[in-house]
Amino acid sequence: MLQTIRRYGLMLVVRPVARLLFGLDVIGKEKLPTQGPAIIAANHNSHVDTIVMLCLFPSKLLAKVRPVAAADHFDKGGFGSWFSRNIIGIIPIKRGAASRTEDVLAGAKEALTRGEILVVFPEGSRGEPEEMTRFKTGVARLAEFCPEAPVIPVYLQGAGRSLPKDAKLLVPFNTTAVVGDPLMWTGSHHGFIDKLRARIEALKAQAPPLKWS
Amino acid sequence: MEIVLEWFGWEIATTPLVLGFIGVLALLILGTIAALILPAMQPGKWSDLGPRMRSWWVMVILVGGALLLGWQVTAVLFAFISFLALKEYLTLAPTRKEDRLIVLLAYLSVFLNYGLIFADGLFDDSYQIYLVFTPVYVFLIAAAAMAWIGRTDGYLATVGIVHWGTVVCVYNIGYIAYLMRVPDAQAPAGGAGLVFFLIFITQLNDVAQYCWGKAFGKTKITPKVSPNKTWEGAIGGWITAAAVFYFLAPYFTPLEPMQAAIMGLIVPMAGFFGDITMSAVKRDIGVKDTSHLIPGHGGVLDRLDSLTFAAPVYFHLLAYFAIERF
Repeated sequence: MLQTIRRYGLMLVVRPVARLLFGLDVIGKEKLPTQGPAIIAANHNSHVDTIVMLCLFPSKLLAKVRPVAAADHFDKGGFGSWFSRNIIGIIPIKRGAASRTEDVLAGAKEALTRGEILVVFPEGSRGEPEEMTRFKTGVARLAEFCPEAPVIPVYLQGAGRSLPKDAKLLVPFNTTAVVGDPLMWTGSHHGFIDKLRARIEALKAQAPPLKWS
Repeated sequence: MEIVLEWFGWEIATTPLVLGFIGVLALLILGTIAALILPAMQPGKWSDLGPRMRSWWVMVILVGGALLLGWQVTAVLFAFISFLALKEYLTLAPTRKEDRLIVLLAYLSVFLNYGLIFADGLFDDSYQIYLVFTPVYVFLIAAAAMAWIGRTDGYLATVGIVHWGTVVCVYNIGYIAYLMRVPDAQAPAGGAGLVFFLIFITQLNDVAQYCWGKAFGKTKITPKVSPNKTWEGAIGGWITAAAVFYFLAPYFTPLEPMQAAIMGLIVPMAGFFGDITMSAVKRDIGVKDTSHLIPGHGGVLDRLDSLTFAAPVYFHLLAYFAIERF
């Protein structure tokens, strides 16, 4: 029941509105995975990024697509939590001071085991609009846990202008998503995220120039 | 206006607009057949034609449907088109972090600009206000607001960029919708006929330029801005569009023959300049297409480029020559 609401809500409401406000141009759409388990890793500038990522997938796959999102931000209880968990379909993840014995990635790992497609933002936070910060190693640990899952790099551009961190007003601008070739687990955490970061940086060249200063 | 055709002894009464739509439908069907046959004959060469024709069908159905449903639906459709065009433009044109609010104001101008078309009929001065609202008042408000926000580096360039966008994407395109408010008695096929004729002639000019250029094109006309355009194509397209304009004008417009000849020459030329102007903008920004919204065509602005110049020129000349209302 909830899955049906989520699928049709995303397809009939969220996607048309998002297309109108953010254009949603995709370059390399054929490189997106058509089945799980898989991990999509993108740079992160705005809450809109999550919506853009969800709208990239055909409606049949939506049930499997799960954005990994910060629990301290999206899982604070009340309607927000319900909406994030059931409509956006997030897997909440604890940031910052997590205890040593607790595996913060447990929820994400279970999802991979179920054959789902995770959407992760390895920067861990939105940061300055349209600038990429350091990558955290969580995505590498997920790739290590599930080596058969390809990690697909995606470069997102534009949403940081529409809704930057701390902005109150949403301003429509077109966004572009550039999908790259999949990466497989390399055997080293830092080697893996360096490679992933370089891939995403390289995808930027295919996006239209961003003149925003 | 009613046209009576004889067909195998039957007399069929119809209107120019219905015949116009049948003509466009015939062209679409021909194009679709070509899109089915050509890729099979020369694999790889015509891969773009399929999506291009599918997009043509969607565009023709949207615009044709709006024209049949009346001025309100047409105004809403073109308000959406203006918004999409302006969003494409402001996404690519250089803006500053402090300009987010100004960009939002520019989108608001879409509502107000098209609101004035809805207000026409409620009060007589609506048209007068339309004429000055976007070019003068949106400009004044945006310039003042940007000065108020207080960032001075890049101020002048950004004021100019925002103004260019609102005039081209909102004000100029708005004229198409405003034509629908011409009273039916003042044009042989009503306001819808006038809009149909404008869009038909401009798109015909684009297509004819392309065909003449493919067949005879040698001498580049604007090597730096639009290297695929040739003198042969431009002049061939111009003459074709002017001739079609002249011969069809009596069915769609209230123009005298001399007036039709003048407009037939000027409107396609305005379309040509709209086309190369948008090419210059895209080259300056460094993109080929303004977005990927329309498969096979690019963005809304890629499709509208010639109309952004042809629409106001067509409107003003019609108003000057023949339309009582304006």
